[in-house]
Amino acid sequence: MTKAQVELPQLSPLVDRLAASLLARVKEQELQNPLLVGIHTGGYWVAEALRKKMQVNWPLGGLDISFYRDDFTKKGLNPRVKPSNLPFATEDQHLILVDDVLMSGRTIRAAMNELFDYGRPASITLVTLLSLPGRELPIQPDLLGQELHLVSGQRVKLSGPDPLELNLINVQQGDSQ
Amino acid sequence: MRLTISGGRVIDPAQNLDQKLDVHLQDGCILKLGTAPADFTADQTLDASGLLVSPGFIDLSCHLREPGPSYKGNIASETQAALAGGFTSVCARPDTQPPLDSPAVVRVVREKAEAVGQVRVLPVGALTQGLEGQLLTNLSGLQAAGCVAFSNLRAAIQDNLVLRRCMEYAATFDLLLVFYPEESSLAAGGCAHEGAMASQLGLQGIPETAETLAVAQNLLLIEQTGIRAHFSHLSSARALQLVSEARQRGLPVSADVAVSHLLYTDRQLEDFDSNFHLEPPLRSETDRQALIQGLARGELQAVSSGHLPHEQAAKMAPFAASEPGISSLETLLPQLLSLVEENLLDYSAMLASLTSGPAAVLGEKLGSLKPGMPADLTLFDPEKTWLLNEQSSYSAGHNTPCWNRELKGRVMATLVGGELRYSILGDPLTTQAEKAVKA
Amino acid sequence: MTYPANPRDVQLTADGQLKHFLSISGLPKALLTEILDTAESFANMGEQSVKKVPLLRGKTLVNLFFENSTRTRATFELAAKRLSADVLNLDIKTSSTAKGETLMDTLQNMEAMHADLFVVRHADSGAAHFIASQVTPRVAIINAGDGRHAHPTQAMLDMFTIRRHKGAFEGLKVAIVGDILHSRVARSQIRALNTLGVEEVRLVAPNTLLPVGIEELGVKIYTSMQEGIKDVDVVIMLRLQKERMTGALLPSESEYYRLYGLTTEKLAYAHPEAIVMHPGPINRGVEIESAVADGSRSVILQQVGYGIAIRMAVMSMAVSGQTQERAQIS
Repeated sequence: MTKAQVELPQLSPLVDRLAASLLARVKEQELQNPLLVGIHTGGYWVAEALRKKMQVNWPLGGLDISFYRDDFTKKGLNPRVKPSNLPFATEDQHLILVDDVLMSGRTIRAAMNELFDYGRPASITLVTLLSLPGRELPIQPDLLGQELHLVSGQRVKLSGPDPLELNLINVQQGDSQ
Repeated sequence: MRLTISGGRVIDPAQNLDQKLDVHLQDGCILKLGTAPADFTADQTLDASGLLVSPGFIDLSCHLREPGPSYKGNIASETQAALAGGFTSVCARPDTQPPLDSPAVVRVVREKAEAVGQVRVLPVGALTQGLEGQLLTNLSGLQAAGCVAFSNLRAAIQDNLVLRRCMEYAATFDLLLVFYPEESSLAAGGCAHEGAMASQLGLQGIPETAETLAVAQNLLLIEQTGIRAHFSHLSSARALQLVSEARQRGLPVSADVAVSHLLYTDRQLEDFDSNFHLEPPLRSETDRQALIQGLARGELQAVSSGHLPHEQAAKMAPFAASEPGISSLETLLPQLLSLVEENLLDYSAMLASLTSGPAAVLGEKLGSLKPGMPADLTLFDPEKTWLLNEQSSYSAGHNTPCWNRELKGRVMATLVGGELRYSILGDPLTTQAEKAVKA
Repeated sequence: MTYPANPRDVQLTADGQLKHFLSISGLPKALLTEILDTAESFANMGEQSVKKVPLLRGKTLVNLFFENSTRTRATFELAAKRLSADVLNLDIKTSSTAKGETLMDTLQNMEAMHADLFVVRHADSGAAHFIASQVTPRVAIINAGDGRHAHPTQAMLDMFTIRRHKGAFEGLKVAIVGDILHSRVARSQIRALNTLGVEEVRLVAPNTLLPVGIEELGVKIYTSMQEGIKDVDVVIMLRLQKERMTGALLPSESEYYRLYGLTTEKLAYAHPEAIVMHPGPINRGVEIESAVADGSRSVILQQVGYGIAIRMAVMSMAVSGQTQERAQIS
């Protein structure tokens, strides 16, 4: 018996469109010297891909939000935490925060808390590749690749960095497509 | 008063007896075993079917805590516990507060024991004043006041010269000296058996040599002075070996082991359970096995409870800071029965260690069911399971690993001088010790 | 009074999470590795500009030190603060217990403070276990050293050091030199090294400083320094306290130094790439030569830094375990 299959978008055109939108927005809003911050791991790959597509040399940093999660006492610490690496000062800078999938909004909340511990940015622009329903916090992307609707019991996972690919995972059965 | 105890399996090691027999009592003494004498009609009968009938247990070392701090116990509570444990006679340790080092204090204890009217209390007098190991107590006066033996417990005697003199003086009156052998400098600061367990736990160890050195030294002085001596609470195989050899050579020495050392070893300390903080410390499995075998072979003459009741706070501390001692009067029977069940001991050896053995050590007319002996009897059911808890325990001390545990083997009735002073038999007799009757 | 059957049961939740950190005993290899891995992520934090994370924000840590130790207490405090916890320091020695208050009383008074973590250092072996078994079941207890029994955080930071500098534990020969008898650090190190699977643990000391039956923990005993540290990959030197001369444990510092002190000359017996460790504070010229302590093979200074990361790891894991257990019970 087959489950109704969701159509997963092709990533390459999505990234292209997103890159164009980002360039346009930065120009329109006159954001000087924007800094890219990708949330590990998927968001970092997307940020890298965007930068390559835009052909810019904006500095790129990676953020691991494990220590800022709000569920650490429920789920424990993931011991294999990549350290956050922001090779630039963020104080008074325009940050472009990039993530692969936006769902509940908690990851972005944690990322922003962490960014503010580094310093007070001039602005944060949120760019996400995909958005799924299921917000638990009032957080929306400034720039979005595509909205996706999944059947219950399904999740998406990004694999990469090259090629960037989207995989569908059935949470119950654990098989991916 | 005439009483017949009928239908029980009578085991009397002193008479080499193990048989289903009736026991007839008259005027507080054993009249006859077996068929009643022609002119005998019992006023009351006690049905002992399904039970074992033994001479009442005798404990060579027990702390009654009185005089002393009442929160640790007193003569009333501890002798009640003794009855429930099947004991009809207990030797009271001299380290009360004040110690039993004057006839006046000894009389206080005896009078209290009599007033309470539970078990026979046989005081052990202090060998030195204040148990400080320097000056002799009035040994003769203490004997007259009722002390059956003398001891300095684990407290050190000033030096070997003083020790020798104590022995010589005691020998004048043919007194029995009880030694709890411990060489103080080797034992100093220790709280556990010096071995792998203590090393791993970081607990200061008491080496075996603390016991064997003291035993060896005492044996040589015993030989020199001719004193009658008993070694109490041996914890090591080697010490047992030394005493046994001396006994074989004809020295007037005997020895006992505390029941805990037949059951437990230093392995029990793994989680720092202060219930297992004892003096002397629990030693190795090899030691434990040797002590059990020594008991089975008659190399040890008695098993003592080593009963030392404590209030909860005394044990609520990290191991070394907790007070040593275990509450054992009420658990001794099921504990020894567990060894019988494992075929390490038979009933005869077990009961000898509680009756004829200690009686012989003390030289008292007790511990047997021969006609004419005081009617001290213990009736017990080796199969009965029960829970040791607030409801069933009488001792002020709950400091036992058996607390709130199910035990197998229970004293059903205890008679002292022909009086039923404790009974949990379904059909209790009306006796003057009604207060001791528990349904 | 109930005691659990096994040290393991006190420290772990039903599904094997850490909820108290009392002793290396009873902890499986996977858990020790998890502590090291978690510490790894915290270790990198110290080098960044943001040194604090909000993991334990709103939680209170109480340092219950019944024994003096400015250094250890300071690292626990720093570790807690880096996790955004509030810290309360109680120097018990100088206050109530000096007046005769029992440990039980002190604990009962502590309960009213609603702390989430106690870090305890006490002179009695088993004190941390005692506290863990008596305290309200929501407070995580971290053992900062109990008598001669255990000093598990020190052992873990030593393991972290070894892993950082040697890569893996398999195949390693480790020698612990000095006053093993009085050392809680050594006992914890031995357990950790064996659980993590080193090839060999050696103890080097004169007879008087070796605990009876210590071989049962899985070590080889040497009384000769030359043989003891031959070809080893790690040399751990223990501090010798001046008090050891009394009671005939040792004749003098000079004889001890001559036989067991780690000098450049003696270090040559070890593997050419052996590292030198010491839990500190070091006694120069007593157990270790200055040249060695300050030399290229010494990682003594780094050990201190790793200590903060390890303590951060253990604290967060224990609080997490406690919270998860509470959630399961309710």
